[in-house]
Amino acid sequence: MGKLYKHHLFWPLCILAALLLFNLFYSPDFFSITMHDGHLYGSLIDILNFGAPLILVAIGMTLVVATKGIDLSVGSIVAISGALACLTISKGTDQNALGLIVISILLAVGLSVLLGAWNGLLVSVAGIQPIIATLILMVAGRGIAQLVTGGQIITVSSSKYSYIGSGALATLPFSIFVVVLMLIVALLLTRKTSLGLFIESVGCNPTASLMAGIRANWVILSVYVFCGVCAGIAGLILSSNVSSADGNNAGLWYELDAILAVVIGGTSLNGGRFYLTGTVIGALIIQTLTTTIYMIGVPPEITLVVKSFVVLAVCLIQSDSFRAAIFYRWKTRHYPGEKESIRHVS
Amino acid sequence: MSTQKPILQMKQIHKRFPGVKALSNVNLRLFPGEVHALMGENGAGKSTLIKVLTGVYSIDEGSVEMEEAPISVQSPLESQAAGISTVYQEVNLCPNLTVAENIFIGREPRKFGRILWKEMNKRAQEILSERLNLQIDVTEPLYMYSVAVQQLVAIARALNISAKVLILDEPTSSLDKNEVQQLFRIMEKLKQDGLAILFVTHFLDQMYEISDRVTILRNGEFVGEYMAKDLPRLDLVLKMIGKELNLLEELPSLAEEYKDSLGEELVKADGLGRKGAIEPFDLSIHKGEVVGLAGLLGSGRTEAARLFFGADKPDSGKLIFSGRSEGVHTPREAIGRRIAFCSENRKTEGIIGDLTVRENIILALQAKQGVFRTISRKQQEEYADEYIRMLNINPPSPDHLIKNLSGGNQQKVLLARWLLTSPQLFILDEPTRGIDIGAKAEIQKLVLSLSRQGMSFLFISSELEEVLRVSGRIAILRDRHKVKEISGKDMSQHQIMQAIAGG
Repeated sequence: MGKLYKHHLFWPLCILAALLLFNLFYSPDFFSITMHDGHLYGSLIDILNFGAPLILVAIGMTLVVATKGIDLSVGSIVAISGALACLTISKGTDQNALGLIVISILLAVGLSVLLGAWNGLLVSVAGIQPIIATLILMVAGRGIAQLVTGGQIITVSSSKYSYIGSGALATLPFSIFVVVLMLIVALLLTRKTSLGLFIESVGCNPTASLMAGIRANWVILSVYVFCGVCAGIAGLILSSNVSSADGNNAGLWYELDAILAVVIGGTSLNGGRFYLTGTVIGALIIQTLTTTIYMIGVPPEITLVVKSFVVLAVCLIQSDSFRAAIFYRWKTRHYPGEKESIRHVS
Repeated sequence: MSTQKPILQMKQIHKRFPGVKALSNVNLRLFPGEVHALMGENGAGKSTLIKVLTGVYSIDEGSVEMEEAPISVQSPLESQAAGISTVYQEVNLCPNLTVAENIFIGREPRKFGRILWKEMNKRAQEILSERLNLQIDVTEPLYMYSVAVQQLVAIARALNISAKVLILDEPTSSLDKNEVQQLFRIMEKLKQDGLAILFVTHFLDQMYEISDRVTILRNGEFVGEYMAKDLPRLDLVLKMIGKELNLLEELPSLAEEYKDSLGEELVKADGLGRKGAIEPFDLSIHKGEVVGLAGLLGSGRTEAARLFFGADKPDSGKLIFSGRSEGVHTPREAIGRRIAFCSENRKTEGIIGDLTVRENIILALQAKQGVFRTISRKQQEEYADEYIRMLNINPPSPDHLIKNLSGGNQQKVLLARWLLTSPQLFILDEPTRGIDIGAKAEIQKLVLSLSRQGMSFLFISSELEEVLRVSGRIAILRDRHKVKEISGKDMSQHQIMQAIAGG
């Protein structure tokens, strides 16, 4: 029991379960799933489908955060990638041509790689603090997206393109498969190669990592590139889902939700150990929360306030010192050093 | 003195960590106006005992009494309030604040909420010059000063609180001889003032020089409390180690053997230098040779070693490998040339604190192999087990986080990390600093036996005896110059001292 309680997924899973439990009582049809034209429909499916871009972005963000970095530009990359893909398709004569779709996807992902590399170079080679380095692209990126779309909302009418974001494979939304694929890629990259070890090592102690012969700059560059790619694919899913690209609003505030998902998932902003599965659960918590708020009919003008209160509660529940202060005040006293060491030993 | 009442008394202290019994049944008595040494090997529980006393850790069982009244200290702040001041082993100050700010941080002299900067600077200056005989500009940021000065500032900070008990956790480990003497004069003075000083050290000489009373711990257990003058050296060592040990005596003979039989030249520094760090020097290292670097703190020992490893870039000269001139520009390149470097800054340049012992051991080898040639988990565990056994790493579990190990064991893990890369040249910068005698001897022995198998060493140490014991040749540095090289029969403490002193 003690082991279970200390597992890094314990609190995230509890919170997710609590949210679902709330829905079970408040709106029982939350769990109903119906079959329609070979698609499954229902709130749970919606959460997975609409949550897909966030999960993707958060997976990329996890690796960046593990190197003690942060990427504020993901929201802008989402917008740029979607804009470029839609622009390419809208310029084509036959918008349903498979070749065109593939080219547009490759272009969008390729640009995301470049944008990620830009961030990575600023952080690793130029040595700019990550929050500042990525702030540049966060601001400029919106402008680039505007430039690509020409200030308009580009709409496309391509059934093949919209398959990415709203098509179904084996009755489930196709976007889920994209997310699972990227999650597997990330897990393989970090757990089957030694990239994960190097990321944690660099995030924990960059100087010592360098002295041990790790190419810290390459590690940092690669996580920002990976994060850029994740954001780019998320941009494809988002724009394909609505068959249009909006340079202004696509992926707005995604960076903040993604960072939140990473932190809820148990990865520390101080770098070091990271938990990809935790991040996925964190993103699901955020998406479930958003869906729940819409479902129970919170007036739109205060949804953000409600959301922030729930997020505050989530963060407090996860905080060791807060829990100690509330629940065990009379039992355990405040020994910061010891708590630290016990947490790591177990 | 024996009729005196202890000001602080710890009785039957027990402390457990998950899987580790850190302290069991430990007693400690501190008397006013006495220096009380706390001694023991690495992992004996010295640091844990101090952390328990200062409220960083809780106590499982046992009691603490201050002036015969039980106290329960629950945070470092409370311990300060109770009159217990601590200067930790690693200086815990803010290098980018001024000296005065560091001394007064959190308790600046104020008037109507406004900090009285002039008053603060004046008082900082007074404390430093009157109590510590230190004349420095207190408005300069702390990082401008040497580690030794920083140590004194840390003590000044502790002194400033109305302290009854002063804990000094290995205050001398980064100080040179004169600075140690200066510190001891200060300790004598504080003793006269009636302060009880708890002095943690690894140096036997220092212990005998300054201490009145000594408490010995071994493996978390209380061995005994003795008057320092009644405890012969040999007894002290035996009590600390708990077994017969004449390692240190038998070592010189080992060193003698190989001195004549030099292998081929492995690497040669040709006019290698870096402005502000070390003036251009020549130094060749042969296969299977241990070359010692001796000199005072700041004489350029570490700086020279860093050039060999590519940690700093030289601005003159070059490195020549087996007759061919090829530079080493990064640690990575150096590792590719089978050079290893164990830094003196274990915490900042050595360990990756949040990773396990196993991960720390395989890190350099894995980095050398690259991202994709991953060492399998099974292989990792075999490596870890092998080196844990070979180097006697304690606790012998590869899955502990390295930051929870004692300093000596961290050092051993770092040795394991580098040995695993099978280096040709192993640069050891202060490998035995802050390490107890047993581990020290183990490391020295390891160096000698590996050198006989053909590994070359560049061995840096502040302890002349140690350099003499392991080295076949010694290069001596003074004020960032290489001043002399001695080998064979010329090597003696006297010779080295003369060269260092400039005679």
